[in-house]
Amino acid sequence: MSRLPAAPMGEFAWLVECRDLATVHRLHRRLTTPALPRGVTDVVAGWRSVLVVADPEQVEAVEALVGSLADDPAPTDGGSVEPSELPALEVPVRYDGPDLAEVAQLTGLPADEVARRHAAGRYRVGIIGFSPGFGYLTGLDPALHVQRRETPRTRVPAGAVAIAGPHTAVYPQATPGGWRLIGRTEVSLFDVASSPPTPLWPGRAVRFLPA
Amino acid sequence: MTDAETRVVVVQQPGLHTTVQDLGRRGFARWGVPRAGALDPFAARLANRLVGNPPEAAVLECVQRGPVLAFPTAAAIAVVGAPVSGVEAGRRVCLDPGSTLTVGATREGLRCWLAVDGGFAPPPLLGSRSADTLTGLGGGPLPAGTHLPLGPAGPVGTVGPGAPLAESGPGPAVRWPPVPLGTVVDVRVVPGPVATNQSLDLEWRVSPASDRVALRLTEGPVRPLGNVGEVATHGLVAGAVQLPPDGQPVVMLGNHPVTGGYAVVAVVIAADLPLLAQARPGHTVRFTAVDRAAARAAWQARLDQLRELERRLEQSD
Repeated sequence: MSRLPAAPMGEFAWLVECRDLATVHRLHRRLTTPALPRGVTDVVAGWRSVLVVADPEQVEAVEALVGSLADDPAPTDGGSVEPSELPALEVPVRYDGPDLAEVAQLTGLPADEVARRHAAGRYRVGIIGFSPGFGYLTGLDPALHVQRRETPRTRVPAGAVAIAGPHTAVYPQATPGGWRLIGRTEVSLFDVASSPPTPLWPGRAVRFLPA
Repeated sequence: MTDAETRVVVVQQPGLHTTVQDLGRRGFARWGVPRAGALDPFAARLANRLVGNPPEAAVLECVQRGPVLAFPTAAAIAVVGAPVSGVEAGRRVCLDPGSTLTVGATREGLRCWLAVDGGFAPPPLLGSRSADTLTGLGGGPLPAGTHLPLGPAGPVGTVGPGAPLAESGPGPAVRWPPVPLGTVVDVRVVPGPVATNQSLDLEWRVSPASDRVALRLTEGPVRPLGNVGEVATHGLVAGAVQLPPDGQPVVMLGNHPVTGGYAVVAVVIAADLPLLAQARPGHTVRFTAVDRAAARAAWQARLDQLRELERRLEQSD
């Protein structure tokens, strides 16, 4: 076990540095499940860090917590389940996106092969950012790595299944976006009436099921 | 109007950018939801206190040119923040049924917050009525014709028929923020996670491209060490000063996105975020570096200032 270095982010928060994404996910899970530690108001995963935000009234307690954080690759707090053992979120998808033909051209693969390879992937939520419920999924087949569009769309529909670089994602709301749209899903990835409002968390496994 | 009917305020003219804000959505950043909320939560609290609301009641955040509002029923309002041309800031003002209030233009600062007795009460989402202008959650700038529902009238707001228009509350006007507002905005910063090649005691110009999400600053000699512009995306806090490759700093405000991929070279201290909310395009922002102990003490000092003002209001009621 080794102490995780932490850089202050202002006077009431810290960026805890992690050597890889698996460490980020283990730490994020420890700090958010079953609940946030006392005095912590939020925890945000980055690609190589976890931001820990303190309630100003409790900053000393949180500072002590942050200073004590160590990476434990084999957690022994009995009963805690490794993120990889939890069931994957299944996302039904129709592969009929407006950029599918262009992606086929860019990758040199037939469109149905693009779809097959995308659906065959074993994905994991890397980080959640950009918009509510927007999870950057890791694990995309390298043969499908394409650049973003040169000109982003001013409006990508909610439910669009997209790829860009090494990641894939589902747009939870209609937003501007520059990723390549290869399909769509009816599953909602952000719902203010749900608690939590998204089924995604950093480290969660995700599978796409062709409809 | 019967007791069962909801009181409303009608937006006759929207002003430049008027939104409903409360103290924001705290604790949802891990799901990609910005905090949003009033960019100066102290001002919102004081405005609410002046009209007898709980501190978390929703207010209107007005920018540069405020709205024109119609009040079909009697109401008590208060404006706190930058002085405005249409109504005296820092006082409770009682309005007759059928009144029209022109908030007017802000001077010296950029924003003010308007509370009404009972609070503005559109339906809350994720526990807050704030308009998150980055994601659209909770709406956006109010268009003309908006009918805003209010909560039930509080005891302070009850005005009998025939009471004079714009009758002011007792006691001196509440002044907030407790520093003079002018063309130079002095804020304190602590160093960020990425080192810079120069001292942080620098001056910048506020760009008109600034909004609730971030203050965009132009010109200046700062570069991070090794010219690092992009970094692995990580969580952000309000006050974080990003330095993109073009060298124009971007200072996160209360409606900032939850993550960012540019180097954070400094963080404006929490006590001075209300001052950033008053920085007008064309004004100068001046950074002074302090350490975290001083930053935390400054936050306590702001809380003490707020409590002192609230105590004085209590005595004059």
